[in-house]
Amino acid sequence: MKFLNKIKSAAPAIMMATAALTTTATAFAQDDNSILGAGSSFVNPLFSKIFSVYNAQTGIQVNYQSIGSGGGILQLTNKTVDFGDSDAPLSADQASKMSADVLHIPMCSGAVVITYNLPGCSANLNFTPSVLADIFLGKITTWSDPRIAAINKGVSIPAFPIIIAHRSDGSGTTNIFTNYLSDISPEWSTKVGKGGSVNWPVGLGGKGNAGVAGLIQQTPGALGYVELDYATQNKMPISKIQNKKGNYITPTVASTVAAGNINLPADSKIFIVNTDAADGYPIAGFTWALIYKEQSYNGRSAAKAEKVVKLLWWNIHQGQQYCAALNYAPLSAAALKVAEAILKSATYNGKAIL
Amino acid sequence: MVKSSNDKSLYGQIRMEKVFKRTLIGIAIFLIVLTVGFFITLVQQSMPSIKALGFSFLFGKIWDPVSDIYGAYPFLLGTLLTSFLALAISIPFSFSIAIFLGEYAPKGWLSEILKNIVELIAAVPSVIYGFWGLFVLVPIVRSFETSIGVLPYGIGIFTSSLILAIMIIPYAASLGREMIRMVPSSLKEGAYSLGATRFEVIKTVILPYTKSGLFAGVLLSLGRALAETMAVTMVIGNSSAIPTSIFAPGNTMASVIANEFTEAASTVYLSSLIELGLFLFVVTVIINLIGKTIIKRFTNE
Repeated sequence: MKFLNKIKSAAPAIMMATAALTTTATAFAQDDNSILGAGSSFVNPLFSKIFSVYNAQTGIQVNYQSIGSGGGILQLTNKTVDFGDSDAPLSADQASKMSADVLHIPMCSGAVVITYNLPGCSANLNFTPSVLADIFLGKITTWSDPRIAAINKGVSIPAFPIIIAHRSDGSGTTNIFTNYLSDISPEWSTKVGKGGSVNWPVGLGGKGNAGVAGLIQQTPGALGYVELDYATQNKMPISKIQNKKGNYITPTVASTVAAGNINLPADSKIFIVNTDAADGYPIAGFTWALIYKEQSYNGRSAAKAEKVVKLLWWNIHQGQQYCAALNYAPLSAAALKVAEAILKSATYNGKAIL
Repeated sequence: MVKSSNDKSLYGQIRMEKVFKRTLIGIAIFLIVLTVGFFITLVQQSMPSIKALGFSFLFGKIWDPVSDIYGAYPFLLGTLLTSFLALAISIPFSFSIAIFLGEYAPKGWLSEILKNIVELIAAVPSVIYGFWGLFVLVPIVRSFETSIGVLPYGIGIFTSSLILAIMIIPYAASLGREMIRMVPSSLKEGAYSLGATRFEVIKTVILPYTKSGLFAGVLLSLGRALAETMAVTMVIGNSSAIPTSIFAPGNTMASVIANEFTEAASTVYLSSLIELGLFLFVVTVIINLIGKTIIKRFTNE
């Protein structure tokens, strides 16, 4: 089993030889002025920005490897990094492999956007949850379906067949989106379910946001989901989704923040999909930094533990101002309060660090 | 004095020979150990999935990471379909090139250019084929699909086979060319002197003489097609459903592994992907063994 983990943590290395070189080079360097992190690629642009600012301000070097949430979790399990980052809370299986309790600290949230390619139609289309679910279940197969027309009155939609584009690689984006579909559609929940990769009933798979966006942009009639930043950067049409309160919401930084401004559980382990907030965009999710609750392990110094916790504290406060420019949603007031409380529960030899 | 120095150099020479021979043996054994090691590691890491799924892994038709059900059948089908389709498309091209370069134009500027270009095809990184396929080939295939009335995905089994066909042409072509050039001219001249035309010489002398070599080239091509990952992943559509036609999206074993390995979180999931690698390994070995047997049959005749 341990060997399996080793192989698994080597997986990104196989794909990115350069990253692997830094891994091995830095993993053994017990330099107290550097902090190692690994995980979600979704949050990587934001982390790159805020860690470089942090380095300029404090001199502490944060080395974050964007190898995917699963890889980050495994590296934390193997204790080769100081913190991980995941777009989904640990599964029971993953949590059971950790040697101790792991804290989930929300860092920011992101929206998943429904985008499409309809030549001759520049409008931002509306979708209701049930129409969206039926499209992805393969029950609505053409753009001329009356149910699409009914919620987009006055828009002339060309009669292309709908070609679904989804992620072919396991991803946090897929996890958020399938959590949403499972939440709004009992049929999706039983037939397909939720996860980082699922057995899609219909459609084509593209690798990464770029792969999905590429499929959509060159296939007339294609429809798929990508991260908000990706759709904005590539000037792709962005759909409005009807939320729980019945409002059609355009995904923006503001509506994503609003989605997270709800009553959160104390451990923050929740997908904020299908939010109760009236102005919240319904397909959104947090990304969590993961650290061991008890920071004294593997002979780590108290100073190191403090540095890690302080870094994360900085992330959820000063770091938040860099979110919006990169189309990440900063933590809502409610989420920040929960995040603070969680971070304060971190200990070193049983004593609170902050 | 002179004698002893000669002895010294002689002993040194003998020692050198021994060291050289041992190095060769050592490297050869190392390769064997490495291959066996691959196999053992794959089997070992596949155990959780073999235990959990048993034979249903090989013939299961559903690949569903959410409910931990893993069946490799759709991907086996995808791998074999794309590879053999690619082979069928590429053989006319690679054999034509081999015959042209080997028999009609063994020298001259045209043959030099053609020869270098064929070699270049093998040297282009596969991700570039993927990009080219995505942006050039896919729209062409899509308009073709629209004209014959199937769902115009553009990407899928057929597009992957086309890309693969181009990628594997050099293997059969280069080997074929070498083989054809090695046909003894006495044989060819004999045939000519009996009044055979050029086509008849190719048909009755060159092809029969070189068939095992040509087939070995085809086998090399097939091996490349079976293992190709990146270019195929980019244009096959990555769908876990069993392809309903050659225009449908599908997936190959190699591209499933490439796509899902980084985020495979549960033990059985990860182990299933490794078992998929083992399966691919075994399939490749079996196809190679069959090929070797056929080549042997040819040469014994």
